Amino acid sequence: MVETLVYLAATLAGAAFLLALWRFLKGPSAADRVVAFDVLTIVSITGIVVIAFAEGRGIYLDVALIYALLSFLGVIAIARYLERGF
Amino acid sequence: MDILGGLLLVAGAAFLFFGGLGLLRMPDVFNRIQAGTKATTLGTLLTLAGVGCLQPAWALKLLLIGLFILFTNPISSQVLARAAHRIGTEKASRTVVDHLAEDTGESS
Amino acid sequence: MLAMTLLLCVAMIGAALVAIRTDGLPVSILAAGLLSLLASVVFLVLASPDVAMTEAAIGSGLTTFLFFFVLGRVRSGEREGGEHD
Repeated sequence: MVETLVYLAATLAGAAFLLALWRFLKGPSAADRVVAFDVLTIVSITGIVVIAFAEGRGIYLDVALIYALLSFLGVIAIARYLERGF
Repeated sequence: MDILGGLLLVAGAAFLFFGGLGLLRMPDVFNRIQAGTKATTLGTLLTLAGVGCLQPAWALKLLLIGLFILFTNPISSQVLARAAHRIGTEKASRTVVDHLAEDTGESS
Repeated sequence: MLAMTLLLCVAMIGAALVAIRTDGLPVSILAAGLLSLLASVVFLVLASPDVAMTEAAIGSGLTTFLFFFVLGRVRSGEREGGEHD
Protein backbone atom coordinates (compact mmCIF):
# COMPACT_ATOMS: atom_id res chain seq x y z
CA MET A 1 0.00 0.00 0.00
CA VAL A 2 2.65 2.47 1.04
CA GLU A 3 4.90 1.41 -1.83
CA THR A 4 2.10 2.08 -4.31
CA LEU A 5 1.57 5.54 -2.85
CA VAL A 6 5.28 6.29 -3.00
CA TYR A 7 5.41 5.21 -6.66
CA LEU A 8 2.38 7.38 -7.43
CA ALA A 9 4.02 10.37 -5.72
CA ALA A 10 7.27 9.81 -7.63
CA THR A 11 5.35 9.66 -10.92
CA LEU A 12 3.52 12.91 -10.16
CA ALA A 13 6.78 14.63 -9.20
CA GLY A 14 8.34 13.37 -12.43
CA ALA A 15 5.44 14.84 -14.41
CA ALA A 16 5.91 18.18 -12.63
CA PHE A 17 9.62 17.98 -13.47
CA LEU A 18 8.78 17.44 -17.16
CA LEU A 19 6.37 20.39 -17.26
CA ALA A 20 8.87 22.76 -15.63
CA LEU A 21 11.62 21.48 -17.93
CA TRP A 22 9.42 22.18 -20.95
CA ARG A 23 8.94 25.74 -19.72
CA PHE A 24 12.72 26.05 -19.26
CA LEU A 25 13.44 24.84 -22.78
CA LYS A 26 10.72 26.97 -24.37
CA GLY A 27 10.59 30.06 -22.14
CA PRO A 28 10.54 33.24 -24.23
CA SER A 29 12.34 35.57 -21.82
CA ALA A 30 15.11 35.15 -19.27
CA ALA A 31 12.73 35.70 -16.34
CA ASP A 32 10.65 32.72 -17.44
CA ARG A 33 13.73 30.57 -17.40
CA VAL A 34 14.69 31.78 -13.93
CA VAL A 35 11.22 30.87 -12.62
CA ALA A 36 11.50 27.45 -14.25
CA PHE A 37 14.96 27.00 -12.70
CA ASP A 38 13.55 27.79 -9.26
CA VAL A 39 10.71 25.32 -9.68
CA LEU A 40 13.12 22.65 -10.96
CA THR A 41 15.28 23.13 -7.87
CA ILE A 42 12.29 22.68 -5.57
CA VAL A 43 11.09 19.60 -7.43
CA SER A 44 14.65 18.22 -7.21
CA ILE A 45 14.63 18.74 -3.43
CA THR A 46 11.42 16.72 -3.24
CA GLY A 47 12.90 14.05 -5.49
CA ILE A 48 16.01 13.82 -3.32
CA VAL A 49 13.87 13.34 -0.20
CA VAL A 50 11.81 10.62 -1.93
CA ILE A 51 15.02 8.90 -3.13
CA ALA A 52 16.38 9.03 0.43
CA PHE A 53 13.19 7.38 1.70
CA ALA A 54 13.23 4.74 -1.03
CA GLU A 55 16.87 3.85 -0.38
CA GLY A 56 16.48 4.17 3.37
CA ARG A 57 19.63 6.24 3.86
CA GLY A 58 19.38 9.35 5.99
CA ILE A 59 22.67 10.80 4.77
CA TYR A 60 21.01 11.77 1.48
CA LEU A 61 19.00 14.43 3.28
CA ASP A 62 22.12 16.58 3.65
CA VAL A 63 22.13 17.16 -0.12
CA ALA A 64 18.55 18.40 0.07
CA LEU A 65 19.56 20.68 2.95
CA ILE A 66 22.37 22.19 0.86
CA TYR A 67 19.97 22.72 -2.04
CA ALA A 68 17.44 24.42 0.21
CA LEU A 69 20.17 26.85 1.24
CA LEU A 70 21.85 27.44 -2.10
CA SER A 71 19.01 27.80 -4.60
CA PHE A 72 18.18 31.01 -2.79
CA LEU A 73 21.67 32.45 -3.41
CA GLY A 74 21.60 31.60 -7.10
CA VAL A 75 18.19 33.17 -7.71
CA ILE A 76 19.16 36.29 -5.73
CA ALA A 77 22.33 36.68 -7.85
CA ILE A 78 20.38 36.27 -11.10
CA ALA A 79 17.70 38.73 -10.03
CA ARG A 80 20.26 41.34 -9.00
CA TYR A 81 22.05 40.91 -12.30
CA LEU A 82 18.84 41.33 -14.28
CA GLU A 83 17.84 44.33 -12.21
CA ARG A 84 20.93 46.52 -12.41
CA GLY A 85 23.95 44.35 -13.12
CA PHE A 86 25.68 44.48 -9.72
CA MET B 1 0.58 6.38 10.45
CA ASP B 2 2.06 4.82 7.33
CA ILE B 3 -1.13 5.36 5.35
CA LEU B 4 -1.28 8.98 6.53
CA GLY B 5 2.33 9.52 5.46
CA GLY B 6 1.66 8.01 2.04
CA LEU B 7 -1.42 10.12 1.53
CA LEU B 8 0.48 13.28 2.51
CA LEU B 9 3.21 12.29 0.07
CA VAL B 10 0.72 11.88 -2.79
CA ALA B 11 -1.01 15.16 -1.90
CA GLY B 12 2.32 17.02 -1.93
CA ALA B 13 3.29 15.50 -5.27
CA ALA B 14 -0.12 16.48 -6.67
CA PHE B 15 0.49 20.07 -5.59
CA LEU B 16 3.89 19.94 -7.31
CA PHE B 17 2.18 18.68 -10.46
CA PHE B 18 -0.38 21.48 -10.39
CA GLY B 19 2.40 24.00 -9.85
CA GLY B 20 4.19 22.67 -12.92
CA LEU B 21 0.96 22.78 -14.90
CA GLY B 22 0.38 26.39 -13.89
CA LEU B 23 3.96 27.20 -14.83
CA LEU B 24 3.32 25.87 -18.30
CA ARG B 25 -0.16 27.30 -18.86
CA MET B 26 -0.11 30.78 -17.33
CA PRO B 27 0.07 33.69 -19.78
CA ASP B 28 2.87 35.91 -18.46
CA VAL B 29 5.86 36.00 -16.09
CA PHE B 30 4.11 37.27 -12.97
CA ASN B 31 1.36 34.68 -13.11
CA ARG B 32 4.01 32.03 -13.65
CA ILE B 33 5.90 33.20 -10.58
CA GLN B 34 2.68 33.02 -8.57
CA ALA B 35 1.71 29.55 -9.76
CA GLY B 36 5.24 28.19 -9.72
CA THR B 37 6.43 29.19 -6.30
CA LYS B 38 3.39 29.06 -4.03
CA ALA B 39 2.06 25.71 -5.13
CA THR B 40 5.47 24.09 -5.12
CA THR B 41 6.28 25.45 -1.65
CA LEU B 42 3.10 23.87 -0.27
CA GLY B 43 3.80 20.66 -2.17
CA THR B 44 7.34 20.39 -0.84
CA LEU B 45 6.22 21.01 2.73
CA LEU B 46 3.49 18.36 2.45
CA THR B 47 5.97 15.90 0.98
CA LEU B 48 8.44 16.54 3.81
CA ALA B 49 5.62 16.01 6.33
CA GLY B 50 4.71 12.74 4.63
CA VAL B 51 8.27 11.41 4.75
CA GLY B 52 8.44 12.56 8.39
CA CYS B 53 5.37 10.44 9.15
CA LEU B 54 6.87 7.45 7.36
CA GLN B 55 10.32 7.74 9.00
CA PRO B 56 9.96 9.47 12.39
CA ALA B 57 13.71 9.25 13.07
CA TRP B 58 14.44 11.84 10.35
CA ALA B 59 11.95 14.37 11.66
CA LEU B 60 14.51 16.91 12.89
CA LYS B 61 16.42 17.14 9.61
CA LEU B 62 13.22 17.26 7.58
CA LEU B 63 11.95 20.05 9.81
CA LEU B 64 15.18 21.96 9.16
CA ILE B 65 14.81 21.54 5.37
CA GLY B 66 11.20 22.69 5.53
CA LEU B 67 12.17 25.71 7.62
CA PHE B 68 14.86 26.74 5.13
CA ILE B 69 12.45 26.37 2.21
CA LEU B 70 9.80 28.34 4.07
CA PHE B 71 12.29 31.14 4.71
CA THR B 72 14.10 31.39 1.40
CA ASN B 73 11.48 30.61 -1.22
CA PRO B 74 9.18 33.64 -0.76
CA ILE B 75 12.22 35.93 -0.63
CA SER B 76 13.56 34.62 -3.92
CA SER B 77 10.16 34.82 -5.62
CA GLN B 78 9.65 38.38 -4.41
CA VAL B 79 13.09 39.52 -5.56
CA LEU B 80 12.52 37.84 -8.92
CA ALA B 81 9.12 39.48 -9.38
CA ARG B 82 10.57 42.89 -8.54
CA ALA B 83 13.42 42.41 -11.01
CA ALA B 84 11.00 41.28 -13.73
CA HIS B 85 8.86 44.33 -13.05
CA ARG B 86 11.81 46.69 -13.12
CA ILE B 87 13.28 45.50 -16.40
CA GLY B 88 9.89 46.06 -17.99
CA THR B 89 8.62 42.61 -18.78
CA GLU B 90 5.41 42.97 -20.74
CA LYS B 91 2.21 41.87 -19.07
CA ALA B 92 -0.48 39.81 -20.71
CA SER B 93 -3.64 41.59 -21.69
CA ARG B 94 -5.59 39.80 -18.98
CA THR B 95 -3.26 41.02 -16.21
CA VAL B 96 -4.86 44.26 -15.10
CA VAL B 97 -3.74 44.93 -11.50
CA ASP B 98 -0.31 46.53 -10.98
CA HIS B 99 -0.01 47.89 -7.46
CA LEU B 100 3.75 48.44 -7.65
CA ALA B 101 3.43 50.83 -10.61
CA GLU B 102 0.60 52.65 -8.81
CA ASP B 103 2.65 53.01 -5.63
CA THR B 104 5.79 54.29 -7.31
CA GLY B 105 3.75 56.56 -9.56
CA GLU B 106 5.06 55.36 -12.90
CA SER B 107 2.80 54.94 -15.88
CA SER B 108 2.72 51.29 -16.72
CA MET C 1 14.49 4.14 -10.60
CA LEU C 2 15.60 3.43 -14.17
CA ALA C 3 12.89 5.69 -15.57
CA MET C 4 14.00 8.46 -13.20
CA THR C 5 17.62 8.11 -14.34
CA LEU C 6 16.59 8.19 -18.01
CA LEU C 7 14.47 11.29 -17.41
CA LEU C 8 17.38 13.00 -15.66
CA CYS C 9 19.77 12.15 -18.50
CA VAL C 10 17.39 13.46 -21.17
CA ALA C 11 16.92 16.63 -19.12
CA MET C 12 20.72 17.01 -18.86
CA ILE C 13 21.04 16.75 -22.64
CA GLY C 14 18.29 19.33 -23.07
CA ALA C 15 19.95 21.72 -20.63
CA ALA C 16 23.30 21.31 -22.39
CA LEU C 17 21.68 22.06 -25.76
CA VAL C 18 20.08 25.20 -24.32
CA ALA C 19 23.45 26.21 -22.85
CA ILE C 20 25.26 26.03 -26.18
CA ARG C 21 22.50 27.08 -28.60
CA THR C 22 20.88 30.07 -26.92
CA ASP C 23 21.57 33.70 -27.72
CA GLY C 24 21.88 35.49 -24.40
CA LEU C 25 24.75 34.88 -22.03
CA PRO C 26 22.61 34.88 -18.79
CA VAL C 27 20.37 32.10 -20.14
CA SER C 28 23.46 30.11 -21.02
CA ILE C 29 24.87 30.45 -17.49
CA LEU C 30 21.48 29.47 -16.07
CA ALA C 31 21.37 26.37 -18.25
CA ALA C 32 24.86 25.41 -17.06
CA GLY C 33 23.64 25.73 -13.47
CA LEU C 34 20.66 23.51 -14.27
CA LEU C 35 22.99 20.98 -15.85
CA SER C 36 25.08 20.70 -12.71
CA LEU C 37 21.94 20.49 -10.55
CA LEU C 38 20.76 17.48 -12.56
CA ALA C 39 24.25 15.99 -12.49
CA SER C 40 24.15 16.21 -8.72
CA VAL C 41 20.86 14.30 -8.60
CA VAL C 42 22.35 11.66 -10.92
CA PHE C 43 25.33 11.33 -8.56
CA LEU C 44 22.86 10.83 -5.73
CA VAL C 45 21.06 8.09 -7.65
CA LEU C 46 24.47 6.44 -8.19
CA ALA C 47 24.81 6.27 -4.35
CA SER C 48 27.57 8.80 -3.78
CA PRO C 49 26.15 11.52 -1.55
CA ASP C 50 29.47 13.27 -0.87
CA VAL C 51 30.15 13.89 -4.56
CA ALA C 52 26.56 15.09 -4.93
CA MET C 53 27.05 17.49 -2.03
CA THR C 54 30.22 18.92 -3.56
CA GLU C 55 28.57 19.27 -6.96
CA ALA C 56 25.59 21.03 -5.36
CA ALA C 57 27.73 23.49 -3.43
CA ILE C 58 30.39 24.22 -6.06
CA GLY C 59 28.79 23.54 -9.41
CA SER C 60 25.26 24.71 -8.90
CA GLY C 61 25.67 27.36 -6.23
CA LEU C 62 29.08 28.97 -6.34
CA THR C 63 29.75 28.77 -10.08
CA THR C 64 26.41 30.33 -11.04
CA PHE C 65 26.85 33.08 -8.47
CA LEU C 66 30.43 33.76 -9.59
CA PHE C 67 29.55 33.85 -13.29
CA PHE C 68 26.78 36.36 -12.71
CA PHE C 69 28.98 38.46 -10.43
CA VAL C 70 31.79 38.62 -13.01
CA LEU C 71 29.35 39.28 -15.86
CA GLY C 72 27.86 42.19 -13.94
CA ARG C 73 31.29 43.62 -13.21
CA VAL C 74 32.35 43.33 -16.85
CA ARG C 75 29.18 45.06 -18.04
CA SER C 76 29.54 47.92 -15.55
CA GLY C 77 33.20 48.34 -16.56
CA GLU C 78 32.14 48.63 -20.20
CA ARG C 79 29.51 51.22 -19.31
CA GLU C 80 31.96 53.41 -17.43
CA GLY C 81 34.09 53.86 -20.54
CA GLY C 82 37.00 51.48 -20.08
CA GLU C 83 38.59 52.81 -16.90
CA HIS C 84 38.92 49.25 -15.62
CA ASP C 85 41.07 47.89 -18.38
